[in-house]
Amino acid sequence: MNIELIIFLIFSALVLASAIGVVVVNNPVKSAINLVFTFFSSAVLWMLLNAEFLSIILILVYVGAVMVLFLFVVMMLDINITQAREGFVKYMPFGILLFFIISGLLSVFFYSQFENTDENIVLSIDLIGTDNTKNLGYLLYTEYIIAFEIAAVILLLGIISAITLTHTKNQDTKYQIPSEQVSATKKDRLTIMKDSGETK
Amino acid sequence: MIPMSYYLILSSILFSIALAGIFLNRKNIIIMLMSLELMFLSINFNFIIFGNYLNDLVGQIFVFFILTVVAAESAIGLAIIVVLFRNKNSINVEDIGRLKG
Repeated sequence: MNIELIIFLIFSALVLASAIGVVVVNNPVKSAINLVFTFFSSAVLWMLLNAEFLSIILILVYVGAVMVLFLFVVMMLDINITQAREGFVKYMPFGILLFFIISGLLSVFFYSQFENTDENIVLSIDLIGTDNTKNLGYLLYTEYIIAFEIAAVILLLGIISAITLTHTKNQDTKYQIPSEQVSATKKDRLTIMKDSGETK
Repeated sequence: MIPMSYYLILSSILFSIALAGIFLNRKNIIIMLMSLELMFLSINFNFIIFGNYLNDLVGQIFVFFILTVVAAESAIGLAIIVVLFRNKNSINVEDIGRLKG
């Protein structure tokens, strides 16, 4: 047994165990932590597949940003766990059946199709060098530049929609209404009173 | 050298765990979103494996874009959950239909 296979077996077992943990643990904070662990272990497996840049991105963006967002939301909400777990035990046999059917079918299919292709797998893909990040950047900034810019627009869309959904206007805040200020006329602000000229 | 079928079987088991998770936690929308993240992870696995198999870097480019879109999607989804909890005081999926604007 070579060292690569041992690392693969250990970390794939960790991925599967923590993925099961995400699904079955009854505290949402614990399942978010399990999800973080799943991402860490699969980053190691991506490193084995020679996708170094993506595995670092998975840790930086996913564990660093998205999972922190998840944890933040889970901790901010006061969740009624017993109500949220309603029907879990009742549907458990169907869930296990579904899991075995889908995973069995997919595994049999993949095993029969790609059984003898282990020597076909490429260790590193070289375009302009052996550096994975350099190759990815080369493709991203030449051939896929429009898709890259659309991805930036999608992120902007995510920011704007998340802010507009959650932002609430504070009633006590004093603010200007420019349209009312501009459309004000002399008549709204100034009243001329007639002085009768008499003195008391 | 690890056989390609090992990776493919791993990603298919991960996908079915996530599918069972969506099926089982149908009251808890946060766990549903987390199971969705697991599904995307297994799909990304498949993209990287087949990209290596076909000696093409486009698989990894695709994973890059999937990660971008999923980050935006989970941000919007969590914002919707916050709005739902603020209005209905629960994260039950059945309450989303009653959010009404």
